[in-house]
Amino acid sequence: MNSHQHEVLVVGAGGAGLMAALYASKTANTAVLSKLYPTRSHTGAAQGGVGAALGNIEEDHPEWHTYDTVKGSDYLGDQDAIEFMCSEAVPAVYELEHMGLPFSRTPDGRIAQRPFGGHTNNKTGKPVRRACYAADRTGHMILQTLYQQCIKNQVNFFDEFQVIDLILSNGAAAGVVAIQLSTGELHTFHAKSVIFATGGHGRIWEITSNAYAYSGDGIAITLRRGIPAQDMEFFQFHPTGIYKLGILITEGVRGEGGVLINDSGERFMTHYAPNVKDLASRDVISRAMYLEMSQGHGIGGQRYLLLDVRPETVNKYAAEDGRKRPDGSPYVVTAEEVLGKLPDIIDFCRTYLGVDPVTQPMPVQPTAHYAMGGIPTNKFGEAVIDEKNTVLPGLFAAGEAACVSVHGANRLGTNSLLDLLVFGKHSGLRAAEYAKGAAFQPLPSDATDFARAQFDAMLNNDGSESAADIGGEMKSIMMDHVSVFRTEEGMRLAVDKVCELKERFKHVRVGDRGKIFNTDLLNTWELGNLLDLAEVTAVSALARQESRGAHAREDFSKRDDANWMRHTLAWRRDNRIELSYKPVVKTKYEPKERVY
Amino acid sequence: MDVTIKIFRFNPEIDKQPHFETYSVQAQETDRVLDLLEYIKGHMDGTLSFRRSCAHGVCGSDAMRINGRNRLACKVLVKELGSKITVEPILGLRVIKDMIVDMEPFFEHFRSVLPYFINDEPAPTTERLQSIEDRERFDDTTKCILCAACTTSCPSFWANQRYVGPAAIVNAHRFIFDSRDRAAAERLRILNDQFGVYRCHTIFNCTDACPRDIQVTQAIGEVKKAIATGRIE
Repeated sequence: MNSHQHEVLVVGAGGAGLMAALYASKTANTAVLSKLYPTRSHTGAAQGGVGAALGNIEEDHPEWHTYDTVKGSDYLGDQDAIEFMCSEAVPAVYELEHMGLPFSRTPDGRIAQRPFGGHTNNKTGKPVRRACYAADRTGHMILQTLYQQCIKNQVNFFDEFQVIDLILSNGAAAGVVAIQLSTGELHTFHAKSVIFATGGHGRIWEITSNAYAYSGDGIAITLRRGIPAQDMEFFQFHPTGIYKLGILITEGVRGEGGVLINDSGERFMTHYAPNVKDLASRDVISRAMYLEMSQGHGIGGQRYLLLDVRPETVNKYAAEDGRKRPDGSPYVVTAEEVLGKLPDIIDFCRTYLGVDPVTQPMPVQPTAHYAMGGIPTNKFGEAVIDEKNTVLPGLFAAGEAACVSVHGANRLGTNSLLDLLVFGKHSGLRAAEYAKGAAFQPLPSDATDFARAQFDAMLNNDGSESAADIGGEMKSIMMDHVSVFRTEEGMRLAVDKVCELKERFKHVRVGDRGKIFNTDLLNTWELGNLLDLAEVTAVSALARQESRGAHAREDFSKRDDANWMRHTLAWRRDNRIELSYKPVVKTKYEPKERVY
Repeated sequence: MDVTIKIFRFNPEIDKQPHFETYSVQAQETDRVLDLLEYIKGHMDGTLSFRRSCAHGVCGSDAMRINGRNRLACKVLVKELGSKITVEPILGLRVIKDMIVDMEPFFEHFRSVLPYFINDEPAPTTERLQSIEDRERFDDTTKCILCAACTTSCPSFWANQRYVGPAAIVNAHRFIFDSRDRAAAERLRILNDQFGVYRCHTIFNCTDACPRDIQVTQAIGEVKKAIATGRIE
């Protein structure tokens, strides 16, 4: 039988999806659909930590975390939602520990915490140890722990079911259409609540830390169904991706004292962020790296710099900075300590570069990392679909696919894991609560037609274009013109090029005509999603005539609060993108110039 | 460099028997095997089927038998293998299509060992305390990514697929030796079974196969010892 009915459907089984499923399944009949086995989800690639003001090592407060996040967002984050997230952070981390998550420990047995970019003691402005970590595999531990808890609580999984459409009926969510990968058959899932927790879309860019699976399916599906995407011009480039490969090297390296070095052997961040230096916010550091490279200070004149965590380097700069241990003694590390705290990134460097970070610096460049934008929601995870924040009944989103917005124009490190915990939980709770009071909407008789038409179009054309070529050209133009620095001219080029690629995509060739595990067909459909999101990103970016957070324009180099302290909403209408704007929620934090 | 890559092929909708196909590709020494498979799929034969996601050895999707040894395709570079590469699906699980095998029996074994934290005592308002040493005791087995490279390298598992296999024991170990957990005795009872730890004949294939460098055979040995002595230390 290819028809199913559940009260709550969760689409995606990363951290946000599993958290939503754990909470929704307490009171409602819940199913999780995931195109991957849950433990393959990209949450598992997160490394450095989850932010929460536990104060285990030094003074800290949720209010400080809130302020740092508002400032980090370059005042585009909604301050009520940020305050909510940062105050929920503390119980959320304790809850994970109670679920058995193996955090690293302090000498007195508490959860260990390390410094991270943009997280500060609000009195001194110096870095604060707020990131709760499990070595450099915090995301892995979160994903495994949540999956383990789902098994314990007998959550209902449909593994390797890829959702390809959202069904709306009477102005409310009514279910989804999915392909079962092992058979190629379409399934209809009837539901009262649908939660999209489908992750991001960093595969739009050439250099990315993101998994192949990060094709933005949820945002692309909802856009096709008339739901806007919010703040898509804001996409974070993480400063330290492995050169050419883009594989993430955690900010925790700099938290442990690592520094960025240019071709002259200089620690250049002292010029760009004199107070916190290498622990400035990610947008600030990525821009500094681009500026260094454009001035010819890349290593050997090339497009990379060095990240140096050799003990002698760490100790030299820690002494210069006057960094201390919690007990007041000078901060001095050994090779063993570096190895113990950063085992995975040392393994990555040895495997992919033949470089041992304990004895050699790592070649790094900014890498496309995280979507601040996504499906607009309120702080309960409910999708809000216009300038007035009107709720679409039964539709929810959480995690990277959603835009609450707690990250605004630039996310702080450790706040993505926090986001998925807090908003995964609350979307699950609210979805179950909604389902209890709502009726199933009737399914249309042609529920699968819209999805089927998309697949027929890929299978029945002249096949004159290659998906690999289209994808390669998209990644290249987006990397060149819609990445760390942007100009009017470059973004226009990108919009035109992506539109041309979308035309060529209508002739895309699918080599595999089979039913069983037709990954060729599904990867091609995912490329269509990426093209849609590349267009929305470039069009949203072109319209925003200011520089804020991750959106840095050479032709509008200042933030413009009078005109642009507002969220972008982008709709897909008649095959073109229409933009509108809604205000940012401000509580008590007045916008200030952002200095680190 | 020129690389000749011989790939196991089986399409259940067309083939009666599996066969090998050989492709010639241009590669860099630093290319991952996954990069070559992606290139072949994108430019030469779209029907080539395999699972992959993170492409840097943390998601566990792309365990394959590469030059006779279980590896993650994204974590083995051409320079380690030379110009002749053979890629096959992992052994002991039913092949569905090309490199894609039926993972359900593997996950069923995983689920059978209570692979989740159990402690029904009331939790404190903050964290449960754990010393650095107690945390270190089970660190190695927390690294498992459930890729199945270990279990499908094990001759005992090839011989009898009712054996829970190394990965399930590794995940039991992760909780048995966690000072905060309270269900070690129950897990040891489950593994003290004819299809439990005693199927392990310390062949060490699993340890060699693990892409996360988990000392799998040692972990199994510690579970065996705990069953034999009744002590967890």
